[in-house]
Amino acid sequence: MENVVCTFCGSVCDDGVFENGDIRRLCALGKSKFSKKERIKAPMIDGKEVSYEEAIEKAAEILVEAKRPLLYGWASTVNEAIRLGVLIAEKVGGIYDQCASVCHAPGTLALIEEGVPGGTLGSVKNRADVVIFWGANPVEAHPRHPTRYSVMAKGLLIKDRKDRKVVVIDVRETKTAKLADIFVQIKPGYDYAIISALRAIVKGEKIEADEVGGVPVEKLYELAELMMNAKYGVIFYGLGVTQSRGRDRNVENAIKLVQQLNRKTRWIIWPMRGHYNVVGAGEVPAWEAGYQYAIDFSRGYPRFSPAEFTAVEALVRRDCDAALIVASDPAAHFPRKAVEHLKKIPVIQIDPHPNLTTLLSNVVIPSAIAGLEAEGSVYRMDGIVLRVKKLVETEYWSDVQILEKMYEVVVKRVG
Amino acid sequence: MPIEVEIITGRTIDQGKTVDEKLTEEYFKAVSYCELNEEDFKALGLKEGDRVKIKTEFGEVVVFAKIGSVPKGVVFIPMGPYANQITSDDTDGTGMPLFKGVRGIVEKTEENVKSVKEILGVE
Repeated sequence: MENVVCTFCGSVCDDGVFENGDIRRLCALGKSKFSKKERIKAPMIDGKEVSYEEAIEKAAEILVEAKRPLLYGWASTVNEAIRLGVLIAEKVGGIYDQCASVCHAPGTLALIEEGVPGGTLGSVKNRADVVIFWGANPVEAHPRHPTRYSVMAKGLLIKDRKDRKVVVIDVRETKTAKLADIFVQIKPGYDYAIISALRAIVKGEKIEADEVGGVPVEKLYELAELMMNAKYGVIFYGLGVTQSRGRDRNVENAIKLVQQLNRKTRWIIWPMRGHYNVVGAGEVPAWEAGYQYAIDFSRGYPRFSPAEFTAVEALVRRDCDAALIVASDPAAHFPRKAVEHLKKIPVIQIDPHPNLTTLLSNVVIPSAIAGLEAEGSVYRMDGIVLRVKKLVETEYWSDVQILEKMYEVVVKRVG
Repeated sequence: MPIEVEIITGRTIDQGKTVDEKLTEEYFKAVSYCELNEEDFKALGLKEGDRVKIKTEFGEVVVFAKIGSVPKGVVFIPMGPYANQITSDDTDGTGMPLFKGVRGIVEKTEENVKSVKEILGVE
């Protein structure tokens, strides 16, 4: 089968070739996604194998009986499954939160404040003569992004790598830094200060200091000059910006820089989204409930508050008494204290593979792998919706089947 | 002598390749180490395969030490359960832990690196 859509990272490459169980043309991450690996064998309640129906019945019982269950994950499944998750969260008066809350959600907060001057990966490929990766390392996190869209990609107006200047701004000299024309090494946590300095220079003001965040001012002047002289520039920002000191304020400041550049030329800014449908995990609840994450339904209507209803906050403050984890592994990816609470409450997991969350789950429901064993729609990192395919038959239920059934049982119990 | 550092976490290609196989030896290898600057590595008297204990106000963890392309005073740990033993759980109201830029100290240790299950406390 040709034009296979990859369900690993946010680039959602759509040109894989799948033959006799082998995938070609994808990167190392894409290949790992399609390779054979250990699966959760059967649905389980407290380690004992049961039928799908029994596991779903038990899961629904836990969710309905909880005062405020947390329904978390969603970035590695399809929109159709996410929609059901939001509906279940509403029915049981729980919290809907998704992987972006420990990833790119600070960018959502910035977007609420400032809007986002954005564009698609196609526009970058065809037009961008200056590309900045800020706190992003696509060579390791989105390996084909540089060749398909942003560094070596040839487009309508960009015919050659030489037509494009690539800048990497990072604390470490990453593998992506080695692809760059200019590498700007900064001190950890100084993104905000450096963006402010660039804004001042673009505005025509003089920087009094000799250096900002470990960067000599001459280098900042050069960078500002390059940005102002671009015909079409893009800042791709990564978790280096959203997970370090400043978080949402870093992104907000960067958007203000782009707004300022847009008085002189054309610039866009866009996050390098991680999981293949983390955008959908935000867009789908936004159509259903008005918010992208950290949504609490305990009062019967949706409320948004990252300080209260994100998974880490709710767990650290012991503000949830059960959890449904879908297509994600918070036990591996949350700070220790948040995981401690997860160990104390009933946990239901829906996932194809055993992971750390499996080890502390009371109900485990194995699912089909979307993009290999199940189909559905997903959002690429630039908001373009793609249809992922089913390539092989499986005995496993898809996330959509499992959640449809769970919703049905929840509705019956709640009334 | 322990040294003071800033700890950053992040993706690596090996962490990505093994992320669906967290109970395997490959995943353990991909996430249970830290990268130090060559000068810091030498100052701690480390050699290849040695272990370090990293402590922050949020916890402590023992990992393998490697020389990496990080600046002096910065330690990089791949994202995962080891990094999360010492990450800040304080989100400043954003929901986002401080996965990058937590201050801590690093010292050479003879203690063993725990398995993924031991880290989680389920075995």
